[in-house]
Amino acid sequence: MLTPLDTAHRVATPEGVELNLRVAGPVPRALAWLIDFGWRLAALLVLAFATSVMGEVGTAVFLLTWFALEWLVPAVFESRTRGATPGKRALGLMVVRDDGAPCTLGPALTRNLLRFADFLPLFYFGGLVAMLSNRQFKRLGDFVAGTLVVYADPATVARHIPPLEPKRPPISLKPDEARTVLDFAERAAALGPARATELALIATPLLRDHDPPTQQLTQYANYLVGHAAD
Amino acid sequence: MRQIEFERRFGDQWTTLENWIEAHGGNKQIKDRAPASVVPWLYRNVCHQLALARERRYSPLLVDRLHQLVLRGHHVLYAAPAPGRDGFWAFLMGGFAREVRAQWRVVALASVLFFGPLLTLFAAIQVWPDFASVVIGPQDLAEMQEMYSPDNERLGQRPASTNTEMFAFYVWNNTRIGFQTFAGGILYGIGTLFFLLFNGIYIGAILGHLHQVGLGPQIWSFVASHSALELLAIAISGAAGFKLAGALISPGLRSRKLALVEEGRIAFRLIGGAALMFFAAAIVEGFFSPLIIDPRQIKYGVGIAMWVILLAYFGFAGRARGA
Repeated sequence: MLTPLDTAHRVATPEGVELNLRVAGPVPRALAWLIDFGWRLAALLVLAFATSVMGEVGTAVFLLTWFALEWLVPAVFESRTRGATPGKRALGLMVVRDDGAPCTLGPALTRNLLRFADFLPLFYFGGLVAMLSNRQFKRLGDFVAGTLVVYADPATVARHIPPLEPKRPPISLKPDEARTVLDFAERAAALGPARATELALIATPLLRDHDPPTQQLTQYANYLVGHAAD
Repeated sequence: MRQIEFERRFGDQWTTLENWIEAHGGNKQIKDRAPASVVPWLYRNVCHQLALARERRYSPLLVDRLHQLVLRGHHVLYAAPAPGRDGFWAFLMGGFAREVRAQWRVVALASVLFFGPLLTLFAAIQVWPDFASVVIGPQDLAEMQEMYSPDNERLGQRPASTNTEMFAFYVWNNTRIGFQTFAGGILYGIGTLFFLLFNGIYIGAILGHLHQVGLGPQIWSFVASHSALELLAIAISGAAGFKLAGALISPGLRSRKLALVEEGRIAFRLIGGAALMFFAAAIVEGFFSPLIIDPRQIKYGVGIAMWVILLAYFGFAGRARGA
């Protein structure tokens, strides 16, 4: 069997269906990290100014906040319902466990503590090498915690098959072929007419009359989803 | 069954579940929410329908919608409950000690690698005093000497520092050292090994030097009270690191990946407990250790009591009665 050339991570649920998680690669994760680093730095700078007038207690507040921001706060974010630090949320990412379940505090803290090892030898180089050497883009912390960084809810696109008079395909289609026709009909509107026609022309055996190819395939799609042909 | 018919028949269930998940996630606009008791039933139905839709090659958009719904339902239904206060309390009152006992091999290994160099350096400097400046720069040694000078009002601090400030510094610095010692374990234990040896040598050299130049009373009455908490916390952090290394070096009958996750769970309990010890040590070190109490023997007594209590905790806490 051919392995699909994508980054989907499949998880079997107890209900017997497969979930496809779309794993996030190094670039969006680096950007998310940059955003997180930015707000943490900004928060610490503001705090440094604010606490500088408070004397020794100020220094104490500053150091304790620094400690919390570095080790605890990201983990708390990742174990909440959205499963993401502000940076990850901005990039549409979230942390889940290997079985697709939401991340809890334990794994979130673990992967966060391991950031130190991922940072080595310089500027997350180790983490990058680790991510590029496995199919799930796991950094060292993800291996230990058993977590994945995936794209959260992909925006659901409101698309549908344009309603046209249904027409029965001239030859009987195998299930996968029928599915391809449906897929085409749902996406044709988003493609631009010239490109849509070009793609539709690939299905030569199906094209019988002089109507535009896109229209013909859309009519077949209407038939295939179950609108009765006259 | 054609796709249209399928959508007509089950569409209501999908909308109901979608609405419930939205409302559960905090969407206030949804007024009409199904009772929670039907959610597992609905969810299982949608799982079944997703499998059917895939098998029957319904259109990709429909499959995507159902897949999305199952994914979100999965997140809601399989979210693990937070451990809560009871779990934390049970961990503190015995779970942690049990874990340390169960992992005695790595704890012993880390202790030898940490206390070994510490005691060796201490002893070596009593015999060859100049050895201290080989390990630690002369400037640092001078600074240390200033911190423990008998003229200071408080022990172990620069005259300008205050207790609260030092407490925060100890949390920030010492806990981080523990975390680094733990995380270094993923590099086949090399990082853990380095931090244990380094800290053992460093602490041993400082104690040895200060004792040798005659500041013994100051240094001992400072470190006595928090030494048990802090030193054992470092050793346990090292043990946590060696758990990760062990999973990589000898995973047994598991894949390294699985071994790492399983041993990682144990390692997390160790490092979590160690972090609590570091925090407790910082409180003692920040607020009690700097006090000058006359006679000094009171502080030595406190220190010894802390060692006895902690060792008793690790030896006996969490053992079932009669076991």
